[in-house]
Amino acid sequence: MLFTTFRRITRTGFVNFWRNSFLTFAAIVVISLSLCTLGGIIFAGAFGRSLLADVKEKVDINVYFTLTAPESDILALKKDIGALSEVASATYISRDQALTEFKAKWQNNTLIMQGLDEIGGNPFPASLNIKANDPGQYGSIANYLESKKPIDSDGSPIIKKINYQENKLIIDRLSRIIPTVEKGGSIVAIVFILVAIVVVFNTIRLIIYTARDEISVMKLVGASNTYTRGPFVVSGIMYGIASGIITLILMAAFAYWSDALVLRLAGVDIASNFQLVVNVLSAYFIDNFTQIFILIMSAGIILGGLSSYFAARRYLRV
Amino acid sequence: MIYYDKVSKIYPDKSIALVDVTFGVEPKEFVTIVGHSGAGKTTLMKLLIAEDRPTSGAVFMESSNISHLNKKEMGKLRRRIGTIFQDYRLIPNKTVYENIAFAMEASGKRDAEIAADVPHVLELVDLGHKIWNFPRELSGGERQRVAIARAIVNQPDIVIADEPTGNLDPTNTFEIIRILQKINELGTTVLLTTHNKGVVDTVKGRVITMEKGKVVRDDRGGKYML
Repeated sequence: MLFTTFRRITRTGFVNFWRNSFLTFAAIVVISLSLCTLGGIIFAGAFGRSLLADVKEKVDINVYFTLTAPESDILALKKDIGALSEVASATYISRDQALTEFKAKWQNNTLIMQGLDEIGGNPFPASLNIKANDPGQYGSIANYLESKKPIDSDGSPIIKKINYQENKLIIDRLSRIIPTVEKGGSIVAIVFILVAIVVVFNTIRLIIYTARDEISVMKLVGASNTYTRGPFVVSGIMYGIASGIITLILMAAFAYWSDALVLRLAGVDIASNFQLVVNVLSAYFIDNFTQIFILIMSAGIILGGLSSYFAARRYLRV
Repeated sequence: MIYYDKVSKIYPDKSIALVDVTFGVEPKEFVTIVGHSGAGKTTLMKLLIAEDRPTSGAVFMESSNISHLNKKEMGKLRRRIGTIFQDYRLIPNKTVYENIAFAMEASGKRDAEIAADVPHVLELVDLGHKIWNFPRELSGGERQRVAIARAIVNQPDIVIADEPTGNLDPTNTFEIIRILQKINELGTTVLLTTHNKGVVDTVKGRVITMEKGKVVRDDRGGKYML
């Protein structure tokens, strides 16, 4: 009996979905637009996060050592710093490495290479490149280094310079802007989602309003509430599924075209230097497809189904 | 079988539909209720299928007070009463077959029964050839016959017909009344409202005359007098 009821409700819901093609079309358009808003928020979030991560990645401080600083002392310091909870990574660049990197970078510039030859020897100091977990933590790392004042066996300081003061302004600004951007983004996202829910609910309410006489007739021939409302909920769920599929297709297309557009706007040469920006959306879409699929589909199904459930309730009181 | 006990109904806009109405209906009776528009005929019908509640008094169906039924019992009651409306009230996006099958599905009939009974009942109202049409493709008389088929397909104890011929021409009117009489002969109680003199004279059954919400005459084998 229960199974028969379920089967009949589902069948009626399917039939109504196909038969009321104009209403179905209207519902799918509205729900798809709402789900696209959600998709847009997902993409904006992904893009924003990758941009922020990119910026955070570029912020660092370098500790330059004196030319005579012994490597063992530097490595000991690296170990100390690496143990700090604020530090994400500390990379040691030896004097030889610095020279090699410089040569590789300027190998086509004969003037600079000549100048380097004239100086003779290796003018580059060894350095430590330090990255913090959070941009706000550079201050305390710099303070730690300054207060520690490591010295070598002769008693002379091994640190020549920390470039924190030069970068302080931009680091401070970023550490203030990033949380604001994140918070503002979430608020905008919530507002958009609420608007989308209200619009979908009202559209479905209008659709069911057109069927209010039908609902009262069903009730008057003795159908139960479940039996009367069921087909509307099934149709609502189907609107959600159809809209979800449309939205996923649109998102895939958008991810692909927007990345191509960024490439073209940036010019291919520049783009090749900013690999993090390029392909960020399509890569994100492919990597997180399962989560995005579940999120969009369940949002569509819940939105369509629940809206129908509540919208039909008004007319069941016959 | 049906008993109206001192029923009054005043609508929220203060218009008075029924005043102290008391009468009973025996099983297998054919009762015609006549009266001008606004005399309270439709309200009487609405109270019987619990589409509306009386302001005071009570309507009984075999000793159970209709206003006191819960949702489940109300569904059961409605499935024992077949209702025919002046405006047909067919479901527009269902075919003739589905409109009738729906009433059977709602009362939990098996698929095999539905597949057998629906064409049968449509033959009874002479619409076997329109089984896959939508209501919009039918004439008024045909629509009303579909509505009758829907009302009788569950073999109800009572059929109530509220102005079923109100929108129909004389030929179709006669046809509908003939079908209702046939249903009555097969043992179903019929409650019919009308303001059509010809209909009353054809039926020749018990006639209850209403005026301004009151029962002014109750004649067995009565004639139409206003």
